[in-house]
Amino acid sequence: MLTNNTTVIQAKELTKRFGHFTAVDHISFDVHKGEIFGFLGANGAGKTTAMRMLCGLSLPTSGHASVAGFDVYKQNEKIKQSIGYMSQKFSLYEDLTVRENIRFYAGIYGKTDKFIKEKTDFILDKLYMENEANKLVKELPLGWRQKLAFSVAIFHEPQIVFLDEPTGGVDPVTRREFWNMIYEAAESGITVFVTTHYMDEAEYCSRVSIMVDGRIEALDTPSQLKKTYAAHSMDEVFLHLARKATRTE
Amino acid sequence: MFSRRFEITRMMNQAQRLSVEERGVKANDLVKVYGKKKDEVNALQGISFEVKDGEIFGIIGPDGAGKTSLFRILTTLLLPDAGTASVDGFDVIRDYKEIRNRVGYMPGKFSLYQDLTVAENLEFFATIFKTTIDQNYDLIKEIYSQIEPFKDRRAGKLSGGMKQKLALSCALIHRPSVLFLDEPTTGVDAVSRKEFWDMLKRLKQQGITILVSTPYMDEAGKCDRVALLQLGKILAIDTPKGVIASFKKPIIAARASNMLHLLNDLKNFKDVQDAYPFGEYHHAVMKEDFKEEDLKDYLLRSNREVELKTAEPDIEDCFIALMKN
Repeated sequence: MLTNNTTVIQAKELTKRFGHFTAVDHISFDVHKGEIFGFLGANGAGKTTAMRMLCGLSLPTSGHASVAGFDVYKQNEKIKQSIGYMSQKFSLYEDLTVRENIRFYAGIYGKTDKFIKEKTDFILDKLYMENEANKLVKELPLGWRQKLAFSVAIFHEPQIVFLDEPTGGVDPVTRREFWNMIYEAAESGITVFVTTHYMDEAEYCSRVSIMVDGRIEALDTPSQLKKTYAAHSMDEVFLHLARKATRTE
Repeated sequence: MFSRRFEITRMMNQAQRLSVEERGVKANDLVKVYGKKKDEVNALQGISFEVKDGEIFGIIGPDGAGKTSLFRILTTLLLPDAGTASVDGFDVIRDYKEIRNRVGYMPGKFSLYQDLTVAENLEFFATIFKTTIDQNYDLIKEIYSQIEPFKDRRAGKLSGGMKQKLALSCALIHRPSVLFLDEPTTGVDAVSRKEFWDMLKRLKQQGITILVSTPYMDEAGKCDRVALLQLGKILAIDTPKGVIASFKKPIIAARASNMLHLLNDLKNFKDVQDAYPFGEYHHAVMKEDFKEEDLKDYLLRSNREVELKTAEPDIEDCFIALMKN
């Protein structure tokens, strides 16, 4: 993997409160260029809130963070242009065709017609979806939709792509094809920030952080985490740490 | 009034219910097709299985496998295009009213009344099933007590985990004999998933037959028996151990510093039939007569260090093999 030491995400004491509730509680970490960074935590641990701040969608209460070299307080529009995002819940417009979705997202990021045409052909070819180009997205199986959504999320060649549970419900073969795409993106220098509930996928990450009650309880490579917690699998590490949680969503 | 209704129910039971051995759930060649001729979707392509009384039976399959169509047919909410099925001894078409009284159904999508409070939702479901919360409180106590502190909160304002607990409480409040849970753990974290399965085990001890669907292969091991479902077809039905035992080919788990590179190398080796990432290792499905030394020599030509070991197949290995078959 092309991991080098250029920091592309930096969070320092990043905090978000909603009234008296501290959703994200002084988290600090760095993510390096080309890394696949697994961002794990139980439901309600604060992952989504943290991710929203890093994507420039929500202002922190205190602390600092920079994403792709831009400040999350002052330069959130710049951040949005430098990142890609996809989630399990929402990623593509179901009532648009495959081609229309690609065209739509590329247009939002201000790409030229020539760029869009070449890259669209490239994606359709790569996903073996030439015959589906004019089909509505809702007619595609979930696995295909998610692979297309990922391709669209990195269409504008962002520095970082945020993936929020991208593989939920996807069959085991397609899930692995999806991770192949993630590896390739990381090899090409795109930093991948990913959440998942599949613990085998945590093993595919360069480094993994585990959030518990708004704080980062552990952050290391999967093999080091297993050593530290004398565990056989990431599943055990996760259960060990997440059980400490006192808050329920 | 009560006694008269009881009498009628009893008569219906006598008239139509099958014998004790016939209880549980039976599906016989179920077919469901959606859409018109040109873009037909064959959601279920002839599904047959039996669930014994008191079993936890898992329908394991990804999105689009047909899990929800199957559950909706068995809970009498959808008519099959062909085939027959019975639940707790009653036919899903002829005796749909009886079945509705006897099953609990928790759909994958949250379907309670968002504008009613937690307590009101539970009260509502108890009332339409002509029972009371008090009467069956012992059955739901363990689950409901966790959300009882929020009983005056509207259901729509609950977190995902609490919604799930309320939905399960509502599905159980009439003490069903068969419980249908459609993807109860999708999108749920590993800790809550484990708690949920522990709870199902205790419900089973109360004598409730449980049909549960999940896209998570690792949950298969928690079921007494499973059916692996893919694109409307059953790939295998057995105990989790039986499914695994049917996987006859040797598997080698491999690890190296560059995993992407290793995967490509594995795929190109003559004795490797399939190779795919599997957690911290890759799994390589080997031909029967392969030699581990040959594989190691080959891999060491382009990988600095390689760790190889024999691995036991997992349900996911079986699913992948059956899918590609």
